[in-house]
Amino acid sequence: MNLEYFVFGVMFVMALGASLAMLFARNAVHAALFLVVTQVALALGFLLQGAFFVAAVQIILYAGAIMVLFLFVIMLLGVDTREALIDPLPGQRPLAIGLGGLLAAEILWVAVRGVELAAGGEDQATALTELNQNPGNVKALAAELFSRYLLPFEATSVLLVVAIVGVMVLARRIGRVPNTGTGAESASGSDKEGAAA
Amino acid sequence: MSVAPGYYLALAGLMFSVGVVGALTRRNAIVIFMFIELMLNAINLIFVTFSRMWGHVDGQILVFFVLVVAAAEVVVGLAIILVISRRRGTANVDDVSLLKW
Amino acid sequence: MIDLAPYVIALPLAGALLLLIFGKRIGEAAGIVASAAIGVPFLLALAMLVDLLGLHAEERSVIVTTFEWIEVGDFEAAARLLVDPLSIVMVLVVTGVGTLIHIYSIGYMHGEARYARFFSYMNLFAASMLLLVLADNLLLLYVGWEGVGLCSYLLIGFWFERPAAANAAKKAFIVNRVGDFSFLIGIFVLSASAGSLAVGQVNAEAGGMAAGVATAAALLLFGGATGKSAQIPLYVWLPDAMEGPTPVSALIHAATMVTAGVYMIARFSPVFEASGGPALLVVAWIGALTALWAGLLATAEYDIKRVLAYSTVSQLGYMFLALGVGAYSVAIFHLVTHAFFKALMFLGAGSVMHSLKGETDMRRMGGLRKAMPVTGWTFMMGWLAISGIIPFSGFFSKDAILASAWHEGQFLLWLIGAVTAALTAFYMSRLYFRVFEGKLVTPGNLHVHDAPPSMAAALLPLGALAVIGGAINLPGALTLEVFLEPAVGHSEVPGGIVPWILGAIALVAGVAGIAAARFLYALPSGQKPLETLHERFSPLVNATQHKFYVDELYGRAIVLPGKALASFCANFLDARIVDGAVNGVAWLVGQSSWALRRVQTGYIRNYALTFLFGVVVAFSLLAFRGVL
Repeated sequence: MNLEYFVFGVMFVMALGASLAMLFARNAVHAALFLVVTQVALALGFLLQGAFFVAAVQIILYAGAIMVLFLFVIMLLGVDTREALIDPLPGQRPLAIGLGGLLAAEILWVAVRGVELAAGGEDQATALTELNQNPGNVKALAAELFSRYLLPFEATSVLLVVAIVGVMVLARRIGRVPNTGTGAESASGSDKEGAAA
Repeated sequence: MSVAPGYYLALAGLMFSVGVVGALTRRNAIVIFMFIELMLNAINLIFVTFSRMWGHVDGQILVFFVLVVAAAEVVVGLAIILVISRRRGTANVDDVSLLKW
Repeated sequence: MIDLAPYVIALPLAGALLLLIFGKRIGEAAGIVASAAIGVPFLLALAMLVDLLGLHAEERSVIVTTFEWIEVGDFEAAARLLVDPLSIVMVLVVTGVGTLIHIYSIGYMHGEARYARFFSYMNLFAASMLLLVLADNLLLLYVGWEGVGLCSYLLIGFWFERPAAANAAKKAFIVNRVGDFSFLIGIFVLSASAGSLAVGQVNAEAGGMAAGVATAAALLLFGGATGKSAQIPLYVWLPDAMEGPTPVSALIHAATMVTAGVYMIARFSPVFEASGGPALLVVAWIGALTALWAGLLATAEYDIKRVLAYSTVSQLGYMFLALGVGAYSVAIFHLVTHAFFKALMFLGAGSVMHSLKGETDMRRMGGLRKAMPVTGWTFMMGWLAISGIIPFSGFFSKDAILASAWHEGQFLLWLIGAVTAALTAFYMSRLYFRVFEGKLVTPGNLHVHDAPPSMAAALLPLGALAVIGGAINLPGALTLEVFLEPAVGHSEVPGGIVPWILGAIALVAGVAGIAAARFLYALPSGQKPLETLHERFSPLVNATQHKFYVDELYGRAIVLPGKALASFCANFLDARIVDGAVNGVAWLVGQSSWALRRVQTGYIRNYALTFLFGVVVAFSLLAFRGVL
């Protein structure tokens, strides 16, 4: 039995199982935790395919930062109520499941059939392995990132800055001062508009 | 003999579909967001698989960008959800239906 | 000089526009401007006549081209004017009598609120009428034809605040429209069979046309003439048209517009000749019957203007009778003399109305000649002329008509004409005796004054012309007939003793009419034979006084169905069907929008579902492209 197949199997079950569990979790925190499990499983999948750096980044960033942010917000909003089982919108659930299943079927069909038609499997995989050995995964990534993909790189950094500024403006909390306050205290009066956005 | 890339793609497809169904079915705004993140994760897997199929690292670089954009989007989106639910006292997506005819 | 023919039309047109735009500012001078706008063309026409006489008889047909008007494929209609004996005679009548009437109107319409507007319309009318008679082309003639119809409407309804006037104007226009429709169809027929609408070409091709086609065209053209020239069955508008100011009645409804039909038939005589017999026979019979009919109706009218109106219809009947027996130049002769004495009598009636503050009922007038000498004596000239008393102008022209009818073997028509001559003398004498002779009677014992100088300035020349106008075509010299020959063809001059006998009979008829009227209306002894007559024949008298109920007949037979049709179209077709369709579409849109708007539930999850649906469709299209 190939070790790779085994690990793949574990990863498969973990990822899919956690996603489905997420679907049925009534509590938001449970859902978040299941998502973390999914992401860890995916990191495993990345490792298996030779994307070492990305696997690490996935754990650190996604599971470690973004999901924590999610949990913080859940905590702030106090969303621990259980969602009701019955969907108030008529037809929404059956249609969603039906269309989703259809989509899944189509993707599977393409994936299974189409991959054979793509560029040949083994030869290309070895190319990646060779790159990982020489000059190494990180260096290879860096070489590409800072030469060919420099513009998108810079653009995404701008994006991050914009997001930060936007969030700071959006979520500013006033010190619970009534609207008819004096000038100094209603300096954040514009936050009302931000809150209304 | 490594695992054929088709299996990874299949897994990614299934995860994506689960994410879609979840996003359409749940009512809590934050949970919907999480399912969107699930979809993005599936996409990441697909990109990495493609990178392996084609034999160069471009796919992984794209994963970077997806990651960064996902991060920015999560931040801003959660801020908005925060503000809205503070205002309305509920995080239920069905309560924000002002565009109703 | 002949090249200046376009100015004959352009000057009155310019006058009309000038007065229309600057009328208020010109004020009192409008009358002078308008009279000049017609007077100058009269002088121009005289010069053109001299020029024309300088040419040989066969060459007296000059075409003046102004501009190319319509050129579409094979069809061509140029704005060309034809100057030949026939048109120059008409131009002289229109501008000559027209100038006198314009001068008269300066005094008659004095103090009128829309003074300049009146003269603008009069000038516009003159321009249209001149266009009509000078046109070398049926289409151009039709433009003038419609133009005079329009001006007739504007002028009859000049005092449009009065419902009677507004209705009369509408009636005139609508009845004319029926005739115009017939005329237009006739133009189509001629255009199709002659290939062109130019006068020369139509007349040349007429000989080659099939008799049926020519008859159809001729009768359709005559249909138009019955409308414009007030013959049976379309004469009903002319008596009502007396609601307009008297100068309008004189110019339009006596001397010029109503003669357009006569001119038109004379101009296109080859078409009528080509039809063999039927067309001309129809023209002659309708003319004769109209003459008799209108004469009867005139005997029962008490309104002096309406008597003159019916008299006009009757005399026009004479002209058509002449046309119908092929005596075209004789018809034109009568047209000219009639213009003189009828315009004169209308202006005289206007003078009477002017001093009697608008009174027109002859039962409330009497003995006015002593009080208004100029008016009285000139009116007498007109009266004697129309009664056909030698040596006044009317005798020669009417006698020529009757002689031509006899000569062409139409003895029945001659008889009708002779009887009508007596009738004409009768009703005209009735009018004259009741208004101008006997004891002085005025409504409310008004102090009457004679016509002011501006009005007398028109009455006197016309009076003179009524007396001596016969000179243009005396038997023997026949100046006018000879002059018109190149245009309307040769007409035989009957020789021998017969014409003299016929003339004598006509004279006797006239005298008999006058005597009868004198007996009934002016007996100095104070007897009243009229009452006995009325008692004996009361049903006939009643019917005549009600104009033989023709208007009522038209009302029932034509107007009512027309109104019913209009009501149906408006209330059912338009309101229910057309509006229903439009409203129905709107309702449909509304209903579908109500149905469709339910898609906008406002729930994000529903919208996301729609996204998903689209994604699935797009994905399947892409994925199964190769398979399907």
